[in-house]
Amino acid sequence: MNDKVTVGQAFQQAMREEMRRDESIFILGTDLFIRGGHFAQVKDIGPEFGRDRVIDAPISEAAMVAAGVGAAMNGMRPVIDLNFIDFSFGAMDEIANQAAKARYLWGNPVPLVIRGSSGVAGYAAQHNNSLEAWFMHMPGLVVVMPSNPADTKGILKSALRGDDPVIFLMHKKLTGSRGTVGGPDDLVPIGKAAIVRVGSDVTILASGIMVQKALAAADTLAADGVEAEVIDLRTIFPLDTEAILESARKTGRVVVVTEEAPYASVASEIAALVQEEIFEYLDAPVARVTAAHAPIPHSPELIDALVPQVDTIVRTVRDSLERWPVSNSEGIST
Amino acid sequence: MTEMSTITPDGLLEIQLDGLPARELEEWLETMLVIREFEEALEPLTMSGKIPGSAHQSSGQEAVAVGSIRALKPDDLVASPHRPHHHALAKGMSPRVVMAELWGRSTGCAGGRGGTMHLNDFSLGYLGSNGVVGAAVGIAMGAALAAKIRKSGQVALGFFGDGGANTGRTWEFVNFAAVQKLPLIVFCENNQYAVETFIGRSAALHNSIADRASGFGLPSVQIDGQDVGAVYRATLEARERAATGEGPTFVEALTYRYHGHLTAEVADYRTEEEVESWRQTKDPIERLRCALETTAQLAPGRFEELKAKAVAVVADSITYAEQSPLPDPATAADGVTAIPFDPKGPARP
Repeated sequence: MNDKVTVGQAFQQAMREEMRRDESIFILGTDLFIRGGHFAQVKDIGPEFGRDRVIDAPISEAAMVAAGVGAAMNGMRPVIDLNFIDFSFGAMDEIANQAAKARYLWGNPVPLVIRGSSGVAGYAAQHNNSLEAWFMHMPGLVVVMPSNPADTKGILKSALRGDDPVIFLMHKKLTGSRGTVGGPDDLVPIGKAAIVRVGSDVTILASGIMVQKALAAADTLAADGVEAEVIDLRTIFPLDTEAILESARKTGRVVVVTEEAPYASVASEIAALVQEEIFEYLDAPVARVTAAHAPIPHSPELIDALVPQVDTIVRTVRDSLERWPVSNSEGIST
Repeated sequence: MTEMSTITPDGLLEIQLDGLPARELEEWLETMLVIREFEEALEPLTMSGKIPGSAHQSSGQEAVAVGSIRALKPDDLVASPHRPHHHALAKGMSPRVVMAELWGRSTGCAGGRGGTMHLNDFSLGYLGSNGVVGAAVGIAMGAALAAKIRKSGQVALGFFGDGGANTGRTWEFVNFAAVQKLPLIVFCENNQYAVETFIGRSAALHNSIADRASGFGLPSVQIDGQDVGAVYRATLEARERAATGEGPTFVEALTYRYHGHLTAEVADYRTEEEVESWRQTKDPIERLRCALETTAQLAPGRFEELKAKAVAVVADSITYAEQSPLPDPATAADGVTAIPFDPKGPARP
């Protein structure tokens, strides 16, 4: 119905439309007004809204997020753009102890979006953290990871019309990824996963850039006659447990694919959830495909050795099918 | 603190009432007395376990709260650090709901979820007390940013202590407010001790935190925090500057807490002589009383009446807290986010 736009442009569109709709929305971060952010995520919106609503901040992450929390408590709906989510370390008290706690303590909403580009790309260890499990672990935060332009636009709109502090993670390598997007009032709900490929043999749950890799793996597996269902988690907290469990019940086999380090990860949480809730439906243990427990290095050869590749996903599914073959119709899954 | 002070016959440093709203001063005194009585009541209540945990008392710091908050307008916003009772009461919170919160009762301002370090009443413009050193300045700074964008006319005031003068975030907030010209008053309540560490051991230039702040390019003053008039005048000037778009002001009030960091703490890091000297010569309540009596603005016997009233108000708050219902354990995991989720954990049905 409309032209394809990039993920970055989808973010711009949502910001522009929502800022026109609601005067309480402003965006604050470094290098926004002229440059449009380090990922051009707010390119060209500065002149329309002026420096009062597209605010260039000093490199003071604690001050940026505190500005958002305090402003949210005084009637605004701030978007705090940290550019790289790695820089949230400098504002962790403001995120985890202030934004996350206010509603529980006082019943007052803190409608706040904290945007950061996330996931593995370049520039080595300090710019490639995957922090979704950190944020998921903190009661009071909502965590989203859209993987395409339509979800980026629609989920941002939901966040800006909701009442929670939302950690908005955009994968760096998806910034230029293209697709169609919805109109000004097409919202994508927070807390709902999306089935992006229907299948009956295995459920592959993926987040962010891993959705594309999971889809590529599913194509390879289909050539062997294995039909994978691929689910884009979209929201990390609250997880769409209903969608996850429904698909897992159907296929009896679950592989979770994330780009984060493995220990205490989103993948671990999903594995625990599935075995706790529907153990009797499973033909095989839940498998996790994650990055290795290592910082992200500079050389692309080293990066590729650490983060999940399409082959890793294919191999994991094949290995699962080999070690734990499908039970027959009278088998344990009935 | 460059003014020469005169000693009253009672041995107190005299304070001046110039520029203060004469008709309101009895209410100031009354509020200071309520704060003092409230704080003095806490030690036995925490020691007996009626109040879970401990509390940070502000006895000795009453003039800071009353002098500054009375210079604000009712719609102005205030945020506090971990020693907040005097601010909350001065901003208009009822001793009943503050006391009930300390007791962890459902009638407390946070329904028993917050306790001493998480008081709040947004309807009164009180954006809460905060358990993290320096953090309240950030909340106030953000509220001031909202006020500027919305052109609401509000001014925000964020309190912090001498301890908070040594955390990096405080200076991020000061710089941000200065460069954005926010309607903010950054208020350092310097009571000389961060828990037990004397400011001289934690800051090289410890005689003036205000001097440090002036390097950020905002007007910065150091005042006698035990002189309610000086606190009022400095805050009023800062408010005027903020409200007219001239940006933030840094106020450092030199003050003193009579008790330890926590109730019933043995404060062996300072001498009794030091505490007594502050009490005998600078007590903020006695100094205001003396000034009002000397100028015949307080009738003989009126101080005793106000004190008796304060005692009764605090006693009533304790009765109220004691008779208030406990919070319902079934609600312990409610209201974490607006969007619903399965809370898991032991609270799960």
